[in-house]
Amino acid sequence: MPSRRAFLKDTGRLTIAFCLLGALPAAEALAADDPRPGSLQDNPRLNAWLEVLADGRVRVLTGKIEIGQGIGTAVAQMAAEELNLPLNRVEVVLAETGRTPDERYTAGSASIEQSALSVRWAAAAARQQLLQLAAKRLRVPAATLQLADGAVRTADGRQHLTFAELLAGRQLTGEVPADTVLKPKNQHQVVGQPLRREEIERMVRAAPVYVQDMRLPGTVHARVLHPPGPGARLRGVDEAGLRQAVPGLLRVVVDGSFVGLLAADEWTAIKAHDWLKPRLQWTAGPALPAGQALPEVIRALPAKVDEVARRGDVASAPATGEKSFRATYFKPYLMHASIGPSCAVALFDKGTLHLWTHSQGVYPLRAAVAKLLGLPEDQVHAKGVPGAGCYGHNGADDVAAEAALLARAYPGHPVRLQWTREDEHLHEPYGSAMLFDLQARLDARGRLTHWHMELWSDTHSARPAGQPDKLLPAQLLAKPFEYKRAELSGGTSRNSEPLYQIPNMLINAHSFAGPLRVSALRSLGAFGNVFALESGMDELAQLAGQDPWAFRLAHLTDERARAVIEEARRLTQNVQAGPNEGLGMAFAQYKNQAAYLAVVARVWVSPEDHTPWVRQLWAAIDAGEVINPDGLRNQTEGGLIQAASWTVLEQVQFDQQQVRSHDWESYPIYRFDEVPRVEVSIVSRPDQPPLGAGEAAQGPTAAAIANAVHRACGVRVRELPIRPWKLAPSSAES
Amino acid sequence: MEATTFTLHVNGRPHQVQADPATPLLYVLRNQLGLNGPKFGCGMQQCGACMVLVDGFAHPSCQLQVHRVGAAPITTLEGLTRPDGSLHPVQQALVELQAAQCGYCLNGVAMCAAGLLRQYARPDEQTIRNALFRVLCRCGTHERYIRAVQRAAELGASG
Ligand code: FES
Ligand code: FES
Repeated sequence: MPSRRAFLKDTGRLTIAFCLLGALPAAEALAADDPRPGSLQDNPRLNAWLEVLADGRVRVLTGKIEIGQGIGTAVAQMAAEELNLPLNRVEVVLAETGRTPDERYTAGSASIEQSALSVRWAAAAARQQLLQLAAKRLRVPAATLQLADGAVRTADGRQHLTFAELLAGRQLTGEVPADTVLKPKNQHQVVGQPLRREEIERMVRAAPVYVQDMRLPGTVHARVLHPPGPGARLRGVDEAGLRQAVPGLLRVVVDGSFVGLLAADEWTAIKAHDWLKPRLQWTAGPALPAGQALPEVIRALPAKVDEVARRGDVASAPATGEKSFRATYFKPYLMHASIGPSCAVALFDKGTLHLWTHSQGVYPLRAAVAKLLGLPEDQVHAKGVPGAGCYGHNGADDVAAEAALLARAYPGHPVRLQWTREDEHLHEPYGSAMLFDLQARLDARGRLTHWHMELWSDTHSARPAGQPDKLLPAQLLAKPFEYKRAELSGGTSRNSEPLYQIPNMLINAHSFAGPLRVSALRSLGAFGNVFALESGMDELAQLAGQDPWAFRLAHLTDERARAVIEEARRLTQNVQAGPNEGLGMAFAQYKNQAAYLAVVARVWVSPEDHTPWVRQLWAAIDAGEVINPDGLRNQTEGGLIQAASWTVLEQVQFDQQQVRSHDWESYPIYRFDEVPRVEVSIVSRPDQPPLGAGEAAQGPTAAAIANAVHRACGVRVRELPIRPWKLAPSSAES
Repeated sequence: MEATTFTLHVNGRPHQVQADPATPLLYVLRNQLGLNGPKFGCGMQQCGACMVLVDGFAHPSCQLQVHRVGAAPITTLEGLTRPDGSLHPVQQALVELQAAQCGYCLNGVAMCAAGLLRQYARPDEQTIRNALFRVLCRCGTHERYIRAVQRAAELGASG
């Protein structure tokens, strides 16, 4: 592996990192009784996660990338805690093939649950090994020794050996055992503290933080041209005309319907792109179902039906005094809409492809790109470098694959490919539109007895996952890779099952292949499912003549669920809704197994133009043990605001030929004049395991806003987004 | 167009650059002067990622053609940091309040805030929201940004 090794230029390292190529992820096969985090079971070697440097500092390696969630700080806190080290003596290496553990994707709010906990275990195992080494050298029992400041000391402080002295050029070895003793939580000093993320200082100083900021010597600039709509194919390129109009192009790469332009200077690449774009001729793809109501389009699509949950009998004969309820909810296609369009740098050098990418999964991307280019996997090296926030599977993998194709066409030079705003808006995979038919029944006392949900969705998981077919350019090449649609993904039914106690329940998921490209968007199906479920709960509370808080609590036995709802109620107990204002609440436990979160929304609906103004959002969150409370707060605040924008503004628009949401005017998101104030209260559970939290706010926020709008103006909006024209008085129920 | 020589005044220093006169200032700053502060977000004056101060006023650089800049002083995020390396109150406040998630939009916020505070020492919340209107943030860091600008105003007043 000389080329890979040559790439690891760390002078301070004691040994070459354990080469992880053979470590295959096997989450499916995880032992149920193994207390170690899944990522650690996949990569059990201690030195996969942690290295001691010659100067006594510690380096931790995580297979996750930084996407604004603060994972670097969280893993550093874990290692510092277990090893009694100051935080500034812990260095963090983020996802890189051949270097860091293979943790597949940075997704599903699992960075803390998986990566940070693996580092905690590895650091604890390192502590045990260091204590034992010192005990042997000093001939004292290990139990009498202490760790402080990068050294092991005797209790009287007379003798001490630094980590580097103890290891004498070697590295900690072996596996992290399942019986590793973790530091008792009541002794924690670093974990649980709201520590600052050091990268924020680098951001304010305009340091090169992002892949967009990389400037390797000899870099050339690239732009690509994509088909205007799904299925459109290129008819021809007037290369001579282009070269005459824009001199100085280094390469014009045309492979099937994939077109890339390379220039030494970025402005030349842009001018060439802008000249060529209106002059490219495309055959039309299949017409998109524009001009019809999307919910009805979706309902009519062929679908595969899967039963998500069944208990009791939803079709049992009606009892006396019972009330029944029926409603249909809808969420449209939504965009990730990253502020920085996707970007990648690729270098094809001496047979090896190097990729710098903001992909959420460097290992799966490596495997997919290797197959796309027909290279052995060990001749592809991918390093994670932060991009702008992605919120799921956006254009990151596609742009990396395209940069790889262009780098192969221009070997020996780093190729920096920057997507345009329009590339990102039109070609990122969206979050699927979803449709929900709910039927529910209440008994004479107002208790929920029946819950029957039929839901429709396209997949929420079309990541490359090691295969080339899902990379955007793979389908455009002269020799295309046939797109293999993922079977029904778990993401579709995420949070479709209520946490409420309901004796008779049936939930069916209808999986369709819709007209637009889709994949994972923050919280996957949970956003739509919780919007439908928690809107329905408010409507049912009204039907039962009950207060929405009491109605939910009456159906909930989970103490932690009740506690966040009570906390949200406490936060807002003195808040009075003014004229044309409403307060609404909603609750969910993300994935029914991660963080618990309750939201209250205060919404004012303008009596003049019916615009819903979300004034304020409050959230109470229980994410178990909190590693960095400020990080949790920051992510939750962001989730509330982003979800509010999705709820009141956003919808991907298309006509028969193509998507029409191609910029920030045709796909508006919240601006500073509209954003609500947000307040987050953490229900701390230091004795519980940490729970994924980064996506917990999405669903409850949507329902809380819809519920507040209903109270503000009497209109129940069941089809997102909540646009002003849906709130005109004529839409009000009698 | 033929490349032309321009003298730009960026962060207090003159810089000679050769560029097609139609080149947006953003690319000259990033690729010729090696600055990271201004970022590409849309190229259409819609998102504020590329914001700089032109003559003290926040202005997007993605459509500002380099030949139109003339002798106007340009300040980028780099130029807010003082020569001794200490931070401008806006930068200080952003760090203090940990106001960033991915941080890609931070440049736009910082430059608009710096422009605002030159004109209004103690802006109220609505004035701050208006001043940041041209900047889009997808991570939802708005609340912290607004509070950071308020904090920067305090720091500026005391500093
Ligand atoms: S990049 Fe200039 S405003 Fe968006
Ligand atoms: S912090 Fe990510 S876009 Fe604003």
